[in-house]
Amino acid sequence: MLAYVARRLVYAVGLLIGISMISFTIIQLPPGDYLSTYVTNMQSRGLEVSAAQVAFLKQQYGLDLPVYQQYFKWAWNFIQGDFGYSFEWQQSVSSLIRDRLLLTVIVSLATLVFTWLVAFPIGVYTATHQYSAADYIFTFIGFIGLSIPSFLLALLLAYAIFKLTGVSVVGLFSPEYADAPWSVGRVIDLIKHIGLPIFIVGASGTASLIRTLRACILDELGKPYVVAARARGLKEIQLLFTYPIRIAVNPLLSTVGWLLPGIISGTVIIAVVLGLDLTGPLLLRSLQFQDMYLAASFVMLLSALTVVGTFISDILLAWSDPRIRILG
Amino acid sequence: MTAKRDLLLEVKDLKTHFHLHEGMVKAVDGVSFELERHTTMAIVGESGCGKSVTARSILQILDRGGRIVNGEILYYRAPAAENGTPPPAVDLAKLHPDSPEIRAIRGAEIAMIFQEPMTAFSPVHTIGFQMAEVITLHQKVAKTEARARALAMLRRVGVPRPEQSLDSYVHQLSGGMRQRAMIAMALSCRPSLLIADEPTTAIDVTTQAQILELMRELQQEYGMSIMLITHDLGVVAEMAESVMVMYLGQVVEQAPVDDIFHDPKHPYTQSLLRSIPKLGAQGGRKLETIKGAIPGPYARPSGCLFHPRCPAFMPGQCDQIQPPLIQLDDGRKVSCLLYAEPAR
Amino acid sequence: MAKPADNIVYASQLRLMWLKFKSHKLALYSVGVLLTLYFITFFSQFLVPHDYAERNSDRINAPPQTVHFFDENGWRGPYVYALDQSLDLENLTWVYTEDTTQKLPIHFLVHTTEYKLWGLFKSDLHLLGLLEAGNEAATLHLLGTDSFGRDYLARVLFGGQISLSIGLVGVAFSFILGLVLGGISGYLGGFVDNVIQRLIELLVALPTLPLWMGLAAAVPPSWTPQQVYLMMTIILSLVTWTGLARVVRGKVLSVREEDFVLAARLGGARQPWIIRKHLLPSLVSYSIVSLTMAIPGMILGETALSFLGLGLQPPAVSWGVLLQEAQNLRTIALYPWLLAPAIMIILVVLAFNFIGDGLRDAADPYVR
Repeated sequence: MLAYVARRLVYAVGLLIGISMISFTIIQLPPGDYLSTYVTNMQSRGLEVSAAQVAFLKQQYGLDLPVYQQYFKWAWNFIQGDFGYSFEWQQSVSSLIRDRLLLTVIVSLATLVFTWLVAFPIGVYTATHQYSAADYIFTFIGFIGLSIPSFLLALLLAYAIFKLTGVSVVGLFSPEYADAPWSVGRVIDLIKHIGLPIFIVGASGTASLIRTLRACILDELGKPYVVAARARGLKEIQLLFTYPIRIAVNPLLSTVGWLLPGIISGTVIIAVVLGLDLTGPLLLRSLQFQDMYLAASFVMLLSALTVVGTFISDILLAWSDPRIRILG
Repeated sequence: MTAKRDLLLEVKDLKTHFHLHEGMVKAVDGVSFELERHTTMAIVGESGCGKSVTARSILQILDRGGRIVNGEILYYRAPAAENGTPPPAVDLAKLHPDSPEIRAIRGAEIAMIFQEPMTAFSPVHTIGFQMAEVITLHQKVAKTEARARALAMLRRVGVPRPEQSLDSYVHQLSGGMRQRAMIAMALSCRPSLLIADEPTTAIDVTTQAQILELMRELQQEYGMSIMLITHDLGVVAEMAESVMVMYLGQVVEQAPVDDIFHDPKHPYTQSLLRSIPKLGAQGGRKLETIKGAIPGPYARPSGCLFHPRCPAFMPGQCDQIQPPLIQLDDGRKVSCLLYAEPAR
Repeated sequence: MAKPADNIVYASQLRLMWLKFKSHKLALYSVGVLLTLYFITFFSQFLVPHDYAERNSDRINAPPQTVHFFDENGWRGPYVYALDQSLDLENLTWVYTEDTTQKLPIHFLVHTTEYKLWGLFKSDLHLLGLLEAGNEAATLHLLGTDSFGRDYLARVLFGGQISLSIGLVGVAFSFILGLVLGGISGYLGGFVDNVIQRLIELLVALPTLPLWMGLAAAVPPSWTPQQVYLMMTIILSLVTWTGLARVVRGKVLSVREEDFVLAARLGGARQPWIIRKHLLPSLVSYSIVSLTMAIPGMILGETALSFLGLGLQPPAVSWGVLLQEAQNLRTIALYPWLLAPAIMIILVVLAFNFIGDGLRDAADPYVR
């Protein structure tokens, strides 16, 4: 088991390094850099930027160094927790994204929990009551859930709620808590507002989890050890939970790995639609305006969340499946 | 005058049908037999003849879509009293598959072992867990006591290093050890009947000999009956006292083992025995086969099910009339018009 | 000598798949739905009375016009009323009322405004239209108009051309990439396989949307819509090829070890022959399934990116671009017909999902 964990750890680190390189490259792709955009922006507003100013800014932000040197400088600082400086907002990146990233983690985790809480009973029920009315209904709902993209769902739901109650559901917090420091009151306020985002982000993940669960459990139900257990006199319910479900759940523990990227992407886009103060709008803007460090850090941190999540789910899988734990 | 027989199981006209998407399959279609206490009976036949389904019907562990639609499965828990009053019987066919009554019988009084021990155990639970589970379920003892009994069983069946095996997973044991562990688990509650569904098909010949030897020993020691399901006539010759031959869900012949091998009555049994290659007897001749192929489940022949392939086919009779199970003078049963009373 | 049993019909693999697929009713209907949608979008210019780009300041944010069939005299045939435009000074919105004195009959197969079908063929034949040349109040906006007075039905259907085709083109790229890389990976094994596998895992570990956003933001705004379209399909397929590659690799790995490949090699067959005759057929069914499942992802990807303002921009028309104009609650509350592209997207994705499901069941010989 230890060898397995160590291997996955090395592997995760390697992934992160590769991702950091890709993130940085992406940021460099648009022609020009922040400075040229900044200058063009100023010019379109009728302000002039002198050549000396440009040179000064260039030097201050290290934009005159060759690309790979910029990368190493950034990567080195990143590891130490210095995520760089945002040109546009004139603040350190960490102060900008710390709160937002925390909220993204909270929403993502909450969505993950929600997804499992909902999908598990439904998946078990539809697998054991195959071809029943409930099975067909849930399969259909599941298909619809899979087919509606999260931002559309956000739009449609926001519209429906607005039409019904006249309340416009935007934001994760009520105005008075929006920029306040953390307190019990703020947490409660968050809980009150977090329902809709969780539902929207989790909808398609829940649908696919239900289908996968159902398929895995059905697979196991047909296997000989289930018949053998029944032949020993075990009660159906007890049998069900001790054996096939326990085994079917194993591969699904690694689904945290593939659920998480989807959830995080989901938070990005519905944040734009619902006006949530998560990473979405800020990331968008930083990409459009080539706010280099901000954008790269965002992409890097979001990817890192995914890699960490996958790593944890790999460990969970190894712990629960003795075939992997022992055979490595 | 037949001697008074001490019956353990009596199956009367059992019919088990499967309702599938494609149609209805009559897997078992009118099977009757008697199993005496302390004996070994073999059920033989080709794949698809319904022998496994018969066994599973007894324990009501049929696969999805299967249901017993007719018949009785009488299980006699205790032998007949001294004064001859018939013992009480439980009709297993009438019990609901998830009822407490049948669950009390499964594993404790009637146990089953399967063809592939690797897949009969859960891959993520230790052998010890699964064995202790059965013991605590039926014998209501504490966990430590259950574990001790499981350990003793493993030792008895000859599993090397039983303590370690108890805490191992099934994929860590070798093929022979798995088979023994499966037998240990099945016999841990001292059942009166052990149903062995093709126990030797998946193992090599040397291990096969050891397992059969083990089963014989345990039968003597525990005084149980064995219902041996197989298509291997060699195993039948070695283990069985009586044999029942099945074809397409029906009983074709029933007799003591010696009679089956030396004096088979039904053309199907005769063809089966003829098709066994004998060392040195062939010498350049072609191997004997049974002509034709087993009909598909939705294309059952009329009259006698075997008639399209039967070397003793009598046109006008065998394809019209379904032969009943006829009892011959010596107590044997055959289902063939050759032995029917001529119509008057 | 045994005779082969009678009454056995031999069917090719594809025919078997088709037979199985046909029994999946939902998938079959979905094929019909999709074909219809592709048809009406690609022939939208012919089907719809108005042009998708034509602005009309007298018809800003007009609601869909109701088609009437009866009047006080009984059956009259399809007609609409002319609209009067007035300004609501309180909310500062345009209000439209039907002028019941003007009944404008709808004619079929009329020659009205000129257009170029697919940018190639000039025509002025429309399926529906009003023959009221010169009457400015005579408009046939079956799905209302947008903020520039452009016919929304025309825009939704025309936008479908891009949204629907991006899926197909993108999937074509993914197919080539996935097949080649996956095949090489599986067939050659060893170091090459390792490298390609690590690359795939890297791409999969990145959250898709930020990756796409980053790449889309890199597209210079000076590019023409056609160049942007091409770039978008490349970007979208950059992540999607991994799914197919994995499937292909898995299949190649398992088939490579099969006895029939060894038998072929022993029989003297050379590599290209083995690849062509033995490996490729076994890949066909899984590839088709994988590709079909990938199409909705691409359509959604393009929609999401255009919705965010990356990727395609106006004046290009796609469902994502259209939805961008419907981004806030107030707009939707006032002009709910602007959500029509959403319905189309859901329909298309649902249809592809059902078809993918049906194909998967049809391709897998072991499914009950």
